[in-house]
Amino acid sequence: MALYSAISIVAIGALVAGSAGMVGCFLILRRLAMLGDAISHAVLPGIAIAFLLTGDRAGPAMLLGAAALGLTATFLIETLGNAGVQEDAGIGVTFTALFALGILLISLFAGRVHLDLDHVLYGEIAYAPWDQLIAAGRALGPRSIWIMGAVFLLDLAVIGLFFKELKLCAFDPQMAAVAGIHVPFFHYLLMGLVSVTTVGAFDSVGAVLVVAMLVLPGATAYLLSQRLTTMLALSLLQGAISSLLGYLLAWALDASIAASMAVVSGTLFLTAFLLAPGTGLLSRLRQRAAGSGKGRLELRCGAQHRRD
Amino acid sequence: MNLQWLSLADANTRWVLTGSLLLGLSSGVLGAFALLKRRSLMADTLSHAALPGIAGAFLITGTKSVGPLFAGAAAAGVLGNLLITWITRYSKVKQDAAMAAVLTLFFGLGIMLINLIQRTPGGNQSGLDRFLFGQAASLVGRDVQVMAAAAGFLCLITFLLFKELKLLAFDPTFAAQLGLPVALLDHLLNLMITLAVITGLESVGVVLMSSLLITPAAAARFWTDRLHIMVLLSGLFGAASGTVGTLLSQAGPRMPTGPLIVLAATGLFLASLLLAPRRGILARAIRLIRSQQQRLREKAPREVV
Repeated sequence: MALYSAISIVAIGALVAGSAGMVGCFLILRRLAMLGDAISHAVLPGIAIAFLLTGDRAGPAMLLGAAALGLTATFLIETLGNAGVQEDAGIGVTFTALFALGILLISLFAGRVHLDLDHVLYGEIAYAPWDQLIAAGRALGPRSIWIMGAVFLLDLAVIGLFFKELKLCAFDPQMAAVAGIHVPFFHYLLMGLVSVTTVGAFDSVGAVLVVAMLVLPGATAYLLSQRLTTMLALSLLQGAISSLLGYLLAWALDASIAASMAVVSGTLFLTAFLLAPGTGLLSRLRQRAAGSGKGRLELRCGAQHRRD
Repeated sequence: MNLQWLSLADANTRWVLTGSLLLGLSSGVLGAFALLKRRSLMADTLSHAALPGIAGAFLITGTKSVGPLFAGAAAAGVLGNLLITWITRYSKVKQDAAMAAVLTLFFGLGIMLINLIQRTPGGNQSGLDRFLFGQAASLVGRDVQVMAAAAGFLCLITFLLFKELKLLAFDPTFAAQLGLPVALLDHLLNLMITLAVITGLESVGVVLMSSLLITPAAAARFWTDRLHIMVLLSGLFGAASGTVGTLLSQAGPRMPTGPLIVLAATGLFLASLLLAPRRGILARAIRLIRSQQQRLREKAPREVV
């Protein structure tokens, strides 16, 4: 039974990391990493409203509420930008206001029922194996696996279906517009995926881990690849590894599983930053050291000395 | 509704009010500079990244007094900042991803440290909740004294270094040519933001603290192009948000102070967006309509012929 729960937890973590990691790749390429962070906070009122309306803590209503809020937040940020608000300020104003609204709603109306903020923020992946999906009177496995599995497939499907468009919008939006691609549509599509993925994962791992997984696997993959398909694949791999090692770390230190997974993912990123062949920090320092040697040789030979 | 609270007879209310006012004031002032340096989201990053520093300081010293907590937060903030700079400079990762990466890594680390705290005998179970959402209602006189000192200190430094900070914000190259230690000033600004963040964590929590550093400044931006007016307005808006939010939260039993302060600040922002004389939406719409009418009037006589 312990093995079953361990495998379930690692699987859920991997699904979260994989989904968020894939979507996050596009966020990173489009320099929208902080927007991803903002959206994950901004969806809170959507969760609150969906919960208040349906009383269901983790049903499809939450996902819809989140998607709606995510798109609303995106729209508000765009509107503020057009109204002359500086880009980063627009993001900050919007997500903090929406997050505050969410907390207010929860404090005012959900105090008497069981939606607690602790849960939203770091979920409790440790309990996920025991939270079984019951349908037709039979337990079908941990509910989180069903939810995250569905989200993962959704992300995979959208990215697969619109791969060319998303790729072009990420690397060269002007070219995409010229080619007739409706760039704003794909922007909203991406933000919608971020919202759904974030909320799908809230229940099991909470906001902390999701935001980490939106950035860290993709950033690691970005450092280690030159092509988008490789980047996507590597982010899935990094996510899976982080999930496994993070679980082991949490077990060893008796710490929060979600936080451990995030820390492992971050450590992998820093490792890639330092050690990436050719582009990592250590390689660059070595190249620079070798280069200054050559420089000195040039200087001795009377060549032009250029200040770096 | 019981309106007795409006008389501010309750000492606790007065403390919370004063604290929130001062917090809003200092955050607003600093936020103006952060906005101009395009560093608004850095406040968000610093707020999250400070967690391991604070938790670490508590683990090491066993106390929750401001001194060690600030030192811990500042250390974490400086380290985080350095990491972001290195990652941006020495790899192809861009600044936004670097910020988000450091933010989440440090925050995760902070939570692991808090787990550790929760397991030690003196650990505070609700520590993380307080960090994330603050607990303005539980401010006591001592806390407010500390906040007042911090706010006063921040405003004093801003006043003394105003010319330097102004150059730093608008023309750092020129500042460097003048011999100003630009990098040092930059770090100082970050440290001041960190101090503001720590001061606010106790009362409004992480996410909402970011709001006080961003929203009042963004609101003030609409009213003027002159730095000293913007800084003053930003501080004023911040103080007003703190006050109004706190007052509103006294109106009912389950009204959380932090979110109400944020919503008050957002309200001021929206009002500024709409009503500011030159840059507000209404003003621009009126100008547009007037200029269109004028063009029509100028065309009309010739066409009649």
